[in-house]
Amino acid sequence: MEIELRINGSARRLDVSPQVSLLDALREYLGLTGTKKGCDQGACGACTVLADGRRINACLALAVQYQGREITTIEGVDHPLQEAFVRTDGFQCGYCTPGQICSAIGMLAEHKDGAPSAATEHLAATGGELDDEEIRERMSGNLCRCGAYNGIVSAIKEVAK
Amino acid sequence: MTTIGQPLDRVDGGVKTTGAAKFAAEHFYPGLTHAVLVHATISRGRITALHTDEASAVPGVVAVLTHLNAPPLKPAPKPGAFNLTVMFSGTSVNYLQSDEVHWEGQPIAVVVAETSAAAREAAALVRAEYTVTKSVVDFEGSEQDARPQPNNPLLPRGAKKGDAEAALKAAPVSLDLRYTTPPQNHNALELHATTANWDGDRLTVYDATQAIDWFRTHLALRFGVPRTNVRVLAPFVGGAFGGKSAIWPGTILAVMAARATDRPVRLVLSRESVYRTVGGRTPSIQRVALGADRDGRLTSLIHTSITRTGPIGGPFEQVTAASQHLYAAENILARHDLVSLDLLPNTFMRAPGEAIGTFAVESAIDELACELGMDPIELRMRNETAVDPIGGRKKFSHRRLRELYALGAERFDWHERNPEPRSTRDGRWLVGTGVATAFHRALTLPVNVTVRLSADGGVLVRCGFHEMGMGAATAQAQITADALGVPFDAVRVEYGDSALPLGPFAGASAQTASVAAGVVQACEELKQTLKSMARKTGGGTNEEILRRAKVPHVEAVVGSDTRLGRIAGRARFLPNFLLDAQRWVKAASGVHFCEVKVDAETGETRVSRWAGVFDIGRVINPKTAASQMRGGIVMGLGLAMAEETLVDPRTGRIMNPSLAEYHVPVHADIPPIDVSFLDDPDPKMPLGILGAGEVSTAGVGAAVANAVHHATGKRVRDLPITLDKLL
Ligand code: FES
Ligand code: FES
Repeated sequence: MEIELRINGSARRLDVSPQVSLLDALREYLGLTGTKKGCDQGACGACTVLADGRRINACLALAVQYQGREITTIEGVDHPLQEAFVRTDGFQCGYCTPGQICSAIGMLAEHKDGAPSAATEHLAATGGELDDEEIRERMSGNLCRCGAYNGIVSAIKEVAK
Repeated sequence: MTTIGQPLDRVDGGVKTTGAAKFAAEHFYPGLTHAVLVHATISRGRITALHTDEASAVPGVVAVLTHLNAPPLKPAPKPGAFNLTVMFSGTSVNYLQSDEVHWEGQPIAVVVAETSAAAREAAALVRAEYTVTKSVVDFEGSEQDARPQPNNPLLPRGAKKGDAEAALKAAPVSLDLRYTTPPQNHNALELHATTANWDGDRLTVYDATQAIDWFRTHLALRFGVPRTNVRVLAPFVGGAFGGKSAIWPGTILAVMAARATDRPVRLVLSRESVYRTVGGRTPSIQRVALGADRDGRLTSLIHTSITRTGPIGGPFEQVTAASQHLYAAENILARHDLVSLDLLPNTFMRAPGEAIGTFAVESAIDELACELGMDPIELRMRNETAVDPIGGRKKFSHRRLRELYALGAERFDWHERNPEPRSTRDGRWLVGTGVATAFHRALTLPVNVTVRLSADGGVLVRCGFHEMGMGAATAQAQITADALGVPFDAVRVEYGDSALPLGPFAGASAQTASVAAGVVQACEELKQTLKSMARKTGGGTNEEILRRAKVPHVEAVVGSDTRLGRIAGRARFLPNFLLDAQRWVKAASGVHFCEVKVDAETGETRVSRWAGVFDIGRVINPKTAASQMRGGIVMGLGLAMAEETLVDPRTGRIMNPSLAEYHVPVHADIPPIDVSFLDDPDPKMPLGILGAGEVSTAGVGAAVANAVHHATGKRVRDLPITLDKLL
């Protein structure tokens, strides 16, 4: 079926069957390969993109359901986190990196909105400090098999300041 | 200014943080099709019927390839002792060439379709009927059938000094212990992927591989075309850890599908298909027995292992590789035994041998320290050795374990600990600390390199090596900049393409030193050329020399990529390699210091502090090298605390082939990891570089187990250390 997606600020038309995931729509139909596939089942976070500013796993989203939403992929990201990742060496192979960056952008917004995490001591205490433990808990949906976790946390901390 | 030793940012940072870096599944061809594998669901037997009609009828399906219609494929060549090219076939099975099934998960069909969704849908509709023959798939149940590993010059069966069993019996203090480790999978985050395109008899393949040259040769052999007709590219690889060094069925079948359909084919394995068709780490059953006098001097060290191999392949895991070099025991026995199982062959996984072998031997040393009431570092220092313990003749090119222990103990405040197990509490947490040694042999491989200096001052380095996250291009640019005395930014490095001069396989932690040797030699030759040009034209900067000589560039070439050149390269390499191996033990080493907190009620274990100190010879880039150390430690923490591939002992089926059920460390599991280096060049390695890719994975399992024992008083000898084992 013919659908229209808004991606990184522009409208893209494509012909997909209803079972095609947003992830495959991006990678296979639109050639936007910056968003990665690590499991295709919601377990690794490599496919994280932003839908109306919220982070989602694109492999668990059907493309047809995201018509009319504003999708941001790594190709449309222009954020201080990107340089921070390079400075702190927050990656090795780079395969999880687009997902980590999109996820971190979404996470920073969630935190700003006062959303608690499992590491938050007092649910009422919104706007608490984003310390290492909070960042690690909130980023735990994004696997990095190269083990660049220390660098990723440093990059996020640098930018959150 | 020298750039070696500077913590420079990676040269590929920009493309990796913007999504511009293209991995193997991200190259497009007009008319590209998508392929998906169908797996056998029996462990051994024959296919009696294959029903593909429903699959073929799915709209968009281009072909369903099975053994009934697949094009011919040449069998995998028999491995020879030194011919690594063919040793690196993941299995010896000739895919889709007969009705035989050799393992649960073997590909029995490939579906090719216009879209990946159609290919997946159709693949799920292929049905097979089988006759089942008897198979042996239970590792633990086969223990009594273990046989000595056949001897192999590269992978020895073991080693012996004196009579270790008699010395063990006579020792005033002795321990005889059994450790086990489960199978594990690499789980590089990038799914294994191949994009294959035939143009007549010429083949271009983008593959997630850490061995482009072996892939090229292997594909040429299997598909019966000249090697020069095959080009393999791997400009970026999304993690590998040994899992992308052998050639597994996905690559071969993608190339076959492209040939059969006359269309470009992309085959991305699903995560489940990775588990079913890419081997992982063998499980192990290990015995470590130690005999000592009351002062802690080892009189006997026995380390034996049982691991698996199989009729269709599986390299021999060198479980005792580190144990043979660590301690000055009077009597030593190291032995590798094998059981043969009808499973997907095991393969190399980060620090093969050492990762699991050090878990056992470094746990046992800790147990002995407890038995003697001695500090475990003190016990190790009493048994520290200056010569290789076995044979007693070979020297270590670099042995800095004393310094490493001293430095690490200071950074970690080791001596603050109360040695008594279960003596330290922090609220509901029991706190403990542990220590263990890391050790990994160093190796170099032959490489060809060209270095070209242009009249505009730019330098181009070309070598077919691999970038899987080590920061390889960045390190080689630093080495080149210093060797030629040019700025770092003037150097560009091309890699990841078999059309480039022959690069090494990216494994055995050998790549950086191997390429460095070639780069340094090329730069020296280039400087000589420039010198003689300067004599004729009258000095000046490099740019001036070239301008006056009216040449656009000068180039130095190390090695030759012709067939004869490659043979000559190997012929030069092997005798040197063997001679060197008789004289020297070269190895990277390190020490891990670990603090854990264990919930006294639930057994939940958190790693709360970590310090690693390493001797990797000269450190080219402390930033990327520290990342590699951390990455190795994180993988070691997975091995220690979570990772386990569950194989059904009745059917041989992997039961948890997903990242949801096979647990790898996540952000929340990893504390800040303190890494430091001695940064002292090894006198016998190119530029003094010892490999950095694997050493830090060795020893991690034992450091955690020792800390858990210190925290709780419970000794866990069976990995992973999950909370059920602490209740
Ligand atoms: S690919 Fe979507 S979570 Fe792994
Ligand atoms: S950088 Fe390789 S998986 Fe994160």
